[in-house]
Amino acid sequence: MSASAVVFYILSVLILASALLAVTSGKIFRSAIWLLFSLTGIAGLYFWLGMDFVAAVQIIVYVGGIVVLIIFSIFLTQQSGKDLPAPVRARVLYSALAACLGFLLTCVLLRQFPFRQALIPDYDFAPDMSVRNIGIQLLSTKEHGYVLPFEVISLLLLAAMIGCIVLAIKTKPGDR
Amino acid sequence: MNHVPLIHILILSTALFFIGMYGLLTRRNMITMLMSVELILNSVNINFVAFNVYLYPQKLTGIFFTLFIIAIAAAEAAVAIAIIINLYRNFHSIDVEAADEMKF
Amino acid sequence: MPNAAYIMLIPLLPLAGFAVLGLFGRQHFRKTAGALGTGLVLISTALALWIAWQYFSAGLTNGYCPQTVPVKFTWLTFSSGLSIDLSMILDPISVMMIVVVTLISLMVHIFSLSYMRGEPRYATYYAFLNLFTFSMLGLVLSGNIFEIYIFWELVGCSSFLLIGFYFDRPTAVKAANKAFIVTRFADLGFLVGILILSFHAETLDFHTLIQRLTEPGPQLTSITTTSFLGISLLSWGLALVFVGGAGKSALFPLHIWLPDAMEGPTPVSALIHAATMVVAGVYLVARLYPVYSYSDPAVLKIVLYAGALSALLAAIIACTQTDIKRVLAYSTMSQIGYMMFALGAYGYTASMFHLFTHAFFKALLFLCAGVIIHHVHSNEMKDMGGMRKALPLTHACFLVACLAIAGIPPFSGFFSKEDILLAAWNANKLVYAVGLFTSGLTAFYMFRLYFSIFWNKPPAGHPHKMPLAESLPLVILALGAIFAGFSPFNRLVTYNGTPEAPHSIGVFAIAPVVLALLGITIAGNLYRKESDRPQRTAAAFKGLYQLAYHKFYIDEVYAFITKKIIFNLIGRPAAWIDRNIVDGLMNLLATVTARVAAGIKGIQSGKMQDYALYFFAGIAGLAVLFIYIYT
Repeated sequence: MSASAVVFYILSVLILASALLAVTSGKIFRSAIWLLFSLTGIAGLYFWLGMDFVAAVQIIVYVGGIVVLIIFSIFLTQQSGKDLPAPVRARVLYSALAACLGFLLTCVLLRQFPFRQALIPDYDFAPDMSVRNIGIQLLSTKEHGYVLPFEVISLLLLAAMIGCIVLAIKTKPGDR
Repeated sequence: MNHVPLIHILILSTALFFIGMYGLLTRRNMITMLMSVELILNSVNINFVAFNVYLYPQKLTGIFFTLFIIAIAAAEAAVAIAIIINLYRNFHSIDVEAADEMKF
Repeated sequence: MPNAAYIMLIPLLPLAGFAVLGLFGRQHFRKTAGALGTGLVLISTALALWIAWQYFSAGLTNGYCPQTVPVKFTWLTFSSGLSIDLSMILDPISVMMIVVVTLISLMVHIFSLSYMRGEPRYATYYAFLNLFTFSMLGLVLSGNIFEIYIFWELVGCSSFLLIGFYFDRPTAVKAANKAFIVTRFADLGFLVGILILSFHAETLDFHTLIQRLTEPGPQLTSITTTSFLGISLLSWGLALVFVGGAGKSALFPLHIWLPDAMEGPTPVSALIHAATMVVAGVYLVARLYPVYSYSDPAVLKIVLYAGALSALLAAIIACTQTDIKRVLAYSTMSQIGYMMFALGAYGYTASMFHLFTHAFFKALLFLCAGVIIHHVHSNEMKDMGGMRKALPLTHACFLVACLAIAGIPPFSGFFSKEDILLAAWNANKLVYAVGLFTSGLTAFYMFRLYFSIFWNKPPAGHPHKMPLAESLPLVILALGAIFAGFSPFNRLVTYNGTPEAPHSIGVFAIAPVVLALLGITIAGNLYRKESDRPQRTAAAFKGLYQLAYHKFYIDEVYAFITKKIIFNLIGRPAAWIDRNIVDGLMNLLATVTARVAAGIKGIQSGKMQDYALYFFAGIAGLAVLFIYIYT
């Protein structure tokens, strides 16, 4: 059991425990914070896998953007100190059952699939994962270039922005 | 890294996925439902990155997919909040059980 | 030979009249319906007379009247041999019948021009009359046994419509129902008979059917050797067909509808229930006569006895009735009994001759009755009397008809009745005696009617001016009643087309004429002057009189059978099953569906998370299914 394996298992415990607490917590603000911990744990996982850039993006966008957005919306819509109403007992049971069965089914399937595991390369063959290279690849039109999805994503973001504004706009009374 | 088999990371992401699904089905508050959806998306991200590292180390495919998913998740979260605010104005409650006008 | 198109026109013209008057009569033909209907029947009559002239003059010169089928359309084919065709057959009896039907129908149409004037449903009346004429013409021209059944039912339907013409009268409605139900019940036997006969003869066509069932061959052996309950199927088939004919011809005991059918307008009674429809049964037996007489004389015996019984009973009942139309109805029943037992006594020509002459004088009697009823506004004999001054033409015609029906020479009834009695003497002496006695009774009750109407009370009133539309038919029919007896029936209308040897009138004719004169004298004695002699005579015969007056209580027997037995034993349980079990089953299905629906509607809770749960459950189930079970 090497040190990296231990690190991995600690990280996974953190991730799963925080996630579990996020979905079961009684107070909404606590739930948001547990989510934050879980996402940070995932960023740590990315660091452990050697994907620095992805980890950084995860922290910036997810933790720093989305969770903050969620917290703001909690403030906007309700008193954050109050307890959340408890879910219906029957639904809890069925959902837990469904989740466990789904998990088991997927694990069984995973176990049967023979993943062609490549030999871990040494650092000579490691790709250039610098930010500069990622940027060039993102905008390249040659093979392995991702400029098309890039453009599509920007259209999506524009649409999302406009949609948010239209949905959330408050019309003055007497206008409609 | 080679001390942890790929299967373990996949099991981790699967567990995270189903925890998120449990939260989606159980939580009565719309914002907590949004949080569960974020967990689900993150589990998919873990999958992509793990496959990239373990199965296709020469390529950058996993990174790009992860980036795109994160961008989309952010946009989707924003739209979801806008919808929640709208629903709050109409039903005066964030309780998802209150929005059951499509019943029999 | 006449063109097939002209033959087809004869029934089709009244059909067109029915269609036009039925669809457009109420709006467009309110006043002219009579003219249209009568005009069409006039053309049909002219065509029929022309065809008959051609046919019979050819028959006289050739010495043979053939049976031809000028018109034939294949309609429904079941197998190579068995098909329902629409064909028209021309042989002596069918040509004679088209003359009778069109002529009497024309007389009734003309009579109704004046009789039914002012009737609000004038156009409908003529439409129904035309429908009846079409149906009856189709019936007599049918060359296929199933086709005759179709027209049989059509005639029954027209009769129903016309009896119940005054549908706001409950008695008329009941009478129409009774007529239809009784004849329909008899027609069930008819249909079974048709099926038996045609199944074994493997054909529905009359010509082929008769051929196969009279000449030795595989069909005849198969039908005579198969037996059911000890009787051969041929007997069953013929007997059942006879039952159908008996229903339509009001033979005892299926006669109960005929007196009640007098609820219809009087011209209708003249046409349908005197001259044409009621003889359809006789016509049917005559059409199948070769089979009856060659292959199964036993059933012919049934025909003989049923006819004789009917004739006698009807005559007895008619002696006691007081409603003029009822007397005439029972008289019709009695005369049809004559025709039937003539057929049973191998007197084919005699029967057909009597049919011919009877049509004239019976229609004449009914039309005169119509005039009388219109004059006194009542049907009862006690309201009439001494009318010979007020209705001179009617008086003369009525007298002519009564003499004809009583069988006094030289009127037509004498010749036909004498032929019948001769045939009965040769066949069965008992039936001859019954026929003889009944002819005396016939004279008695007819002249009872005559004297009660035109004598009995002192003559009153001025001569009533009758419109031409009413007097013309009376005169024409009276001429027919006088001269029809001289037609050469024995040379023209026989069962195989070849002439029969004529027989001399001679000594044999004396007995019926003497009895008839005796009957007339007794009737004159009792009814010519008003007195209490009728009541004293009735009191002398007390039991028999009561029995006859109540029509032998047959109606009560039928009422008992239908109400107590059929309704209670069959009707009520059937209704119970229908209401509780059949309806209950349907209601149960509906209730179950409603309950299940109410139960499962909870799935549409409107809650998104429930939907997501169902969604996931479905996907998981499908995944398991496709991965593990359908690999």
